[in-house]
Amino acid sequence: MAVASKPLRVLVGKVGLDGHDRGVKLIARALRDAGMEVIYTGLHQTPEQVVSAAIQEDVDAIGLSILSGAHNTLFRRVLELLKEQDAEDIALFGGGIIPDEDALTLTAAGVKALFGPGAPMEDIVKFVQGLKPQG
Amino acid sequence: MQERKPRFVSLSGLDVHRVYTRDDLKDWSSDDQLGAPGEFPYTRGIHSTMYRGRLWTMRQFAGFGLASDTNRRFKYLLQHGQSGLSVAFDMPTLMGIDADDPRAHGEIGHCGVAVSSLDDMERLFDGIPLDQVTTSMTINGPAAVIFAMYIAVAEKRGIRLDRLDGTLQNDILKEYIAQKEWLFPPEPSLRLITDTIAYCAEHAPKWHPISISGYHIREAGSTAVQELAFTLYDGLTYVDAAVKAGLPVDRFAPQLSFFFNAHNDFFEEIAKFRAARRLWAREMTRRYRPGDPRSAQLRCHAQTAGCSLTAQQPMNNVVRTTIQALAAVLGGTQSLHTNSMDETLALPTESAVKLALRTQQIIAQESEVANSVDPLGGSYYVESLTNRLEEAALDYFRRLDDLGGMVRAIEGGFPQHEILDASQRYQREVERKERIVVGVNEYVEPEERPIPILQIGQEIESEQVARLSDLRKTRDPFKMAGAVEALQEAASCGENVMPYLIEAVKAKATLGEICMALKEVFGTYREPAVL
Repeated sequence: MAVASKPLRVLVGKVGLDGHDRGVKLIARALRDAGMEVIYTGLHQTPEQVVSAAIQEDVDAIGLSILSGAHNTLFRRVLELLKEQDAEDIALFGGGIIPDEDALTLTAAGVKALFGPGAPMEDIVKFVQGLKPQG
Repeated sequence: MQERKPRFVSLSGLDVHRVYTRDDLKDWSSDDQLGAPGEFPYTRGIHSTMYRGRLWTMRQFAGFGLASDTNRRFKYLLQHGQSGLSVAFDMPTLMGIDADDPRAHGEIGHCGVAVSSLDDMERLFDGIPLDQVTTSMTINGPAAVIFAMYIAVAEKRGIRLDRLDGTLQNDILKEYIAQKEWLFPPEPSLRLITDTIAYCAEHAPKWHPISISGYHIREAGSTAVQELAFTLYDGLTYVDAAVKAGLPVDRFAPQLSFFFNAHNDFFEEIAKFRAARRLWAREMTRRYRPGDPRSAQLRCHAQTAGCSLTAQQPMNNVVRTTIQALAAVLGGTQSLHTNSMDETLALPTESAVKLALRTQQIIAQESEVANSVDPLGGSYYVESLTNRLEEAALDYFRRLDDLGGMVRAIEGGFPQHEILDASQRYQREVERKERIVVGVNEYVEPEERPIPILQIGQEIESEQVARLSDLRKTRDPFKMAGAVEALQEAASCGENVMPYLIEAVKAKATLGEICMALKEVFGTYREPAVL
């Protein structure tokens, strides 16, 4: 049944310690320009903070940016917490300096998509638009 | 003949004419705008002989894993003809956090070397004669603590501090603007920087206590004009703070240094270096009337643009880096880092780093560009660009003045917003193919062969955590606590903290413990929301 769809809600942020926020901010702007509701967490978030904010804000997706090399630890921890809190319906995607090999294992573990440097903004927006709003 | 595009613009958005002539330099006089090399306003370079006297320092930024891993990489680079060292620290170290802090999990040794204590610093420089190399340390929030560790290592080896030569990045303003690795609020951070400047003026006169950096501002997406303007304005802010603290300008200004990006737009970048020297010379002279000519000379390090490199067809990055490095050399830099082709994928491998170093050696030894000083001086195009960059930077200076200076501007999010807008403009141009990035939005190859990359093992984390736990068990806890308490007292009463930091690191207080103690005195910082 076609109902006027409510806008997707996306939480984007930076986990871990690095402060390279150019990419995440551009993506936040692009998603917002595409009509989504975007919550930007700011820098230096822990996985715990991200997951609790995502649940509180009732988002459809979480997008995380990591350029420090800590992606293996941090993405896995976010997945774990989503599972623990029974919030696996929230899609996790991300980007950063992530070697192919790591990207493969992370997507196998449940990260929906990872975008590397040079990924067209359009692809990222389309990917998020393709996610279904909850309930 | 119809031209290829309706409008030709530089990477920073400046209009570029079909051809430049004498008409573009109407009020230009070579005496006022150029001067001789080594003379005011230093447009042509800060030394009369430039690279005919001495080539630039080839300084490759390196750091990963444990101190011993990076120590090996340093020795490898020195063995292959590198002339100076440059330390990259890992994220926990850059944020003043110890390896055994939960926030450090997964980050140890990943984007630099882990240094949590004096013991790590000793291992990092094991077998490297600190009085014979120059060392650059890229660290900002906890810069004074890391510098104290370096001094303590030198003292332990009986090296006099006036023999130490090198650079501490120590530029906190650009952290709030672009790189976002801060520990304390702006005011106490500026005071810590003034303390290191005063300490060096007194004890380590060859050391450069600050490297005022545009590099990160550019990497965050700024234009060349913004990089130039914000960096020089930051520099003037530091000078002002030191003068207000009672230091005579000639006591410290000759030791200030700068750090710029060398990006893709070849002529615009060359002009940026030239404009930077002229603008600094004029502003320093106008504002502070220094007696020592070196106080008005802008000396700098340059690094090719990491953000210009692509993960697609990574070999192309060697070519990009070569062009950028050539621009920095024609711009008259004092030292240079060339990026490795694999840096959008991971930290560079040994062979990729060697190729990057060889790139500099080929420019220096084979291209013959180092034979004549400022070879592009007098070019209608380059001189006109130099003028326009200087004027555009001065416009920003006026806007920053109106906002009440850099600290107020940062608190209001002004430079952050300007950079984000510029970065979005560029991104849109790439999306619309108004700018071509080879291998990314044109000449794309569907299947690419992967190149080998450096992996950082998990065992590094456990080893670093174990070392730290040993250190905490074996040190004298009373001596350590006493030293940290004395440091806190000095920090709260406005005394120069450097001697107290040196005592604290010698007493084996860790980086994290010292930074936490200082946060208790100085407080923390929350950035304004800018989106």
